[in-house]
Amino acid sequence: MSFEIPDDCRYLESHEWARTENGTVRVGITDFAQDELGDVVFVELPEVGDAVGMEDAFGVIESIKAVSDIYAPVSGTVTAANETLIDEPELVNEDPYGEGWMIEVDPEDESELHVLLTPEEYREQIE
Amino acid sequence: MSLRTPPVSHDAETTDFGGWEMPVEFDSIRTEHEAVRERVGKFDVSHMGEITVSGPDAGRLLQRLTTNDASVLDPGEAQYAAITDERGVMLDDTIVYRLPEEDDETYLFIPNAGHDEEMFDRWVNHREEWELDATVTNRTEEYAMFAIQGPDSPDLLGAQTDVDLPTLSRMEVTSGTVAGVDALVAYTGYTGEQGYEALVPWEEAGTVWDALDCQPCGLGARDTLRMEMGFLLSGQDFDPEEEPRNPFEAGIGFAVELDTEFVGRAALAGVDAEGPEEKFVGVRLEERGVPRHGYEVQNTDGERIGHLTSGTMSPTLGEPIGLGYLPAEYAGEERSVRILIRDEPKKAHTTTPGFLP
Repeated sequence: MSFEIPDDCRYLESHEWARTENGTVRVGITDFAQDELGDVVFVELPEVGDAVGMEDAFGVIESIKAVSDIYAPVSGTVTAANETLIDEPELVNEDPYGEGWMIEVDPEDESELHVLLTPEEYREQIE
Repeated sequence: MSLRTPPVSHDAETTDFGGWEMPVEFDSIRTEHEAVRERVGKFDVSHMGEITVSGPDAGRLLQRLTTNDASVLDPGEAQYAAITDERGVMLDDTIVYRLPEEDDETYLFIPNAGHDEEMFDRWVNHREEWELDATVTNRTEEYAMFAIQGPDSPDLLGAQTDVDLPTLSRMEVTSGTVAGVDALVAYTGYTGEQGYEALVPWEEAGTVWDALDCQPCGLGARDTLRMEMGFLLSGQDFDPEEEPRNPFEAGIGFAVELDTEFVGRAALAGVDAEGPEEKFVGVRLEERGVPRHGYEVQNTDGERIGHLTSGTMSPTLGEPIGLGYLPAEYAGEERSVRILIRDEPKKAHTTTPGFLP
């Protein structure tokens, strides 16, 4: 089985992705992570304005079979949370790097992004 | 200790369940669950134990170790029963089959995954203690067991068996062939749908599995299907160590025949007379979230009143459901409660432990 690992993202070992767009960092979980979890049925996200810390849990994702924390790839302030996931949590399975995104963060320190795994490093980790 | 493996190698994600490496998910739990509710699915449940008991005292031995009345079984009939200790605490639950067309009385009972050796020892030890004449054999790795479940199961299995399925009643077992392989076929299951369970020789399991042309399902869907029906899971909804419960608390008093003599009877007669203090109930969450095993249940004043032993997002209802033990007054009518999820009390209400309309 081959998992999608987009080149324009950086990754946490705990299977979150981070993509920088116009100075904000969009965050979600990877294709590998959604496959491991199976059918996602519930996502609990922080509110806009909340602070998140790098590698700190910022939310919870539940599939039929498991509960898992979601960790922030960067520190900063939440500027958006994907409210569509409240009613359509299955988007995390269907489109983990697109419509299944979770939060956007205004990063405190962009240099944190450089210590995240590259696509190649993340691929090595899961294979 | 290495895990025991089923007779067929499956292309599926697996999990350790009762010491067995079993398929948990072939495609997705939701896909597999829906196949069983709407069409038909097949499960490899070869982790279930098989123990046969035969000989002149076979019936007496079963009668004294199971809570139900084994003496009413005619050849080809089956019954659900609990196995209790002297305190009336459930060690396991099981289906007891009286096998068809046997010259002498032969029974087969099905302990849950990982309980076969313990139950075999229990039967042998009591046979010695009571000086009964019965042959007890653990056949767990002689029989593969497949469940074929769902509204289309009569057609799907019917095409592969010489058993006349329409004449087989619920809780009956007969012998025949499936895909040309000698089999015991029973009208039993754990999903709430019409369905069958087939026992076939371990070595020929692959032939039978491959001939059943339908959605393969793992333990994940088996779990969500049984939770929607409020069926107990041994080792989780009751367990002699972690969750010691008697059959009346667990809601299976219908499988206890106090007029028979069995280990635990005296204790259970006391429970029956006074009524259990706690009962197995269903809960439906009214807010977003997923109830899970171990979550605390509170009354509307925020006081702890019990806990959940199972829970999930019901694939059929699209709503969160849970099962657990609460004070008896919470059973029988809808009562408001709270479920503590990550320290947040969420609104819920009690129901009977069966969620489908």
